Amino acid sequence: MPKHCLLESLSQLVGRTPHKPAPGDVPEALRDAYQAKKGTFTKAYHQQVDEERAQRSDRHKWRNRRWATLIAVNLLFVLSYYFDVQLVEGALTASRVIGFHFADVNSALQVMLAYKHVVLNLVIGTVTVALLWWLLGGRTFCSWVCPYHLLAEFGEKLHDRLAAKKWIRPVTFHRGVRTVFYVIFALLALATGYTVFEFISPTGILSRALIYGPGLALLWVAALLAFEVLVSKRAWCRYVCPIGLTYGLLGSTSPVRLKYNMVNCHHEGDCRKVCEVPHVLNVTIRGKACDIDTPIGADCTRCGACVDICPTDSLNYQFGWAKKTN
Amino acid sequence: MSTDDNIGKKARTPVRREQNRREFLRTAAFAGGTLVLALAGYAPLTHGGTQRLRPPGALKDGALDERQFLSACIKCGQCVQVCPVEAIKLADLADGYGIGVPYIEARAQPCDFSCDGLQCVLACPTGALTHSINYPAQARMGLARLARPDACLAMQGKGFQGQARGAGFPGKLRFEEIDRWNPIPLADHPFDVELCDLCVRRCPIEIRIAQCEAGTPPSGDPNQCPPRHAIALQPVDGGTTGAMRPTVMDGCVGCGVCEMICPVESTAIVVDIDKTADAVGG
Repeated sequence: MPKHCLLESLSQLVGRTPHKPAPGDVPEALRDAYQAKKGTFTKAYHQQVDEERAQRSDRHKWRNRRWATLIAVNLLFVLSYYFDVQLVEGALTASRVIGFHFADVNSALQVMLAYKHVVLNLVIGTVTVALLWWLLGGRTFCSWVCPYHLLAEFGEKLHDRLAAKKWIRPVTFHRGVRTVFYVIFALLALATGYTVFEFISPTGILSRALIYGPGLALLWVAALLAFEVLVSKRAWCRYVCPIGLTYGLLGSTSPVRLKYNMVNCHHEGDCRKVCEVPHVLNVTIRGKACDIDTPIGADCTRCGACVDICPTDSLNYQFGWAKKTN
Repeated sequence: MSTDDNIGKKARTPVRREQNRREFLRTAAFAGGTLVLALAGYAPLTHGGTQRLRPPGALKDGALDERQFLSACIKCGQCVQVCPVEAIKLADLADGYGIGVPYIEARAQPCDFSCDGLQCVLACPTGALTHSINYPAQARMGLARLARPDACLAMQGKGFQGQARGAGFPGKLRFEEIDRWNPIPLADHPFDVELCDLCVRRCPIEIRIAQCEAGTPPSGDPNQCPPRHAIALQPVDGGTTGAMRPTVMDGCVGCGVCEMICPVESTAIVVDIDKTADAVGG
């Protein structure tokens, strides 16, 4: 990945508004490719493409795979405890998988900052999980494992429907606030000696509720979801959750990512409409790609919604690092 | 609709500047509100409302303050999963920053050390249940106290016959003579004693001492032998009435079995969490 693309990816992750590559950074081939597309997409052509897409059978391929994975992983925790088979013990914050220590990197970080001592088992568990999610794409955790993500997806759909009917007025915030929260939660853990974030983390609360039974804490999760439905779409994931930022940083150099090829793209923006983190798809706007092939930025949760919706097959999963093209 | 629609535009116009100002204020209000909620978790801790009986090895300082325990716990519940008598529960939202942290309700289901090896301590990935203890006798969870001596059957010289807590009581204990590996419901093991000594008879520390004296320490490991007695019946009124007093001694670990098994409602003996055999809370 060209350096300026990685920098752009990281600056988006911490909340900066996307920027167009500087003219000096645009490769010759890319400029020619944009030029070649001028005037090729007629109205009739667009119509035809849309019709073809409507008939495709794989319109929800990645979504279905992802939901199946998310449910399976969480069910594994539940069933393993219920039937006492000791396959996966614990919850999403920390667990043992066939006896091996696993610890959520963010949860472990909060504990380390609050407690200020680290036992070897926690280091082993944290490093294992850090490696795992680095390999699997960082924020992949969010959309493929986090149980709150699934709830928030339904909340998001409801929110969009209410907004379309003009029953609610959507509110957005500055995405940079997530980075501010990250620092605040870290400082609070360090200063107070308590894992303050875990008190309001819907990921931990939901995971424990699934495994150990429901509690009052679910009311907080319900309130949060109501806020997202009625006021601000996906507010927790977008503006607060430090888990996403931790795994986003981990995934910034991951071998698993979405890749955008601009050659056949119509720049219609359907992908940005279905994306939870649309700033990462800013590169699909005409003139904003990094190169002919552009790796999608670190804030991407690798959910595959854009792959499912793209009518021209311009967005795809990429495994392994791309070869340098320039 | 700020970020997506105005990509790359600088705040050159007054309208845009106003939009930026509003977004900043909105975001600050959102952040402030969220932080207030996050900090609300501190409230239950200020008046000791979250002090509970914790699993063996739970970190405490000299004054039995639990702060370290709450901070070190990663709230995963692995301790819950390994406990053979399912004594360990996870605290809820009302415990503030103690959310997801394990505790034990002794009257309902105490730790009876039927795992012998302190499985919860071994399962803990962060050392919140400190790995520096290896044997039940080293635990310092609390300290038993005869809270209502007048209600105690032994203090009245009375015996006890039947199920200690009634037929419907779901709590379990391990009776080694019945099944070494599987704890059974207390209701399945009725008692018939001339003088009620259930709290002494079922004390996990006293059971271990008896096993060691009989030359059969738990798991064949002499290290399992408790160095000090935890509880014993001692005569009152100079032994004339036959009344005996359950007397807690410095080998008590505060596991809570006595509190669970006491057949009197409400229990005559309780586990205090503000002291242990070695320390008194500040």
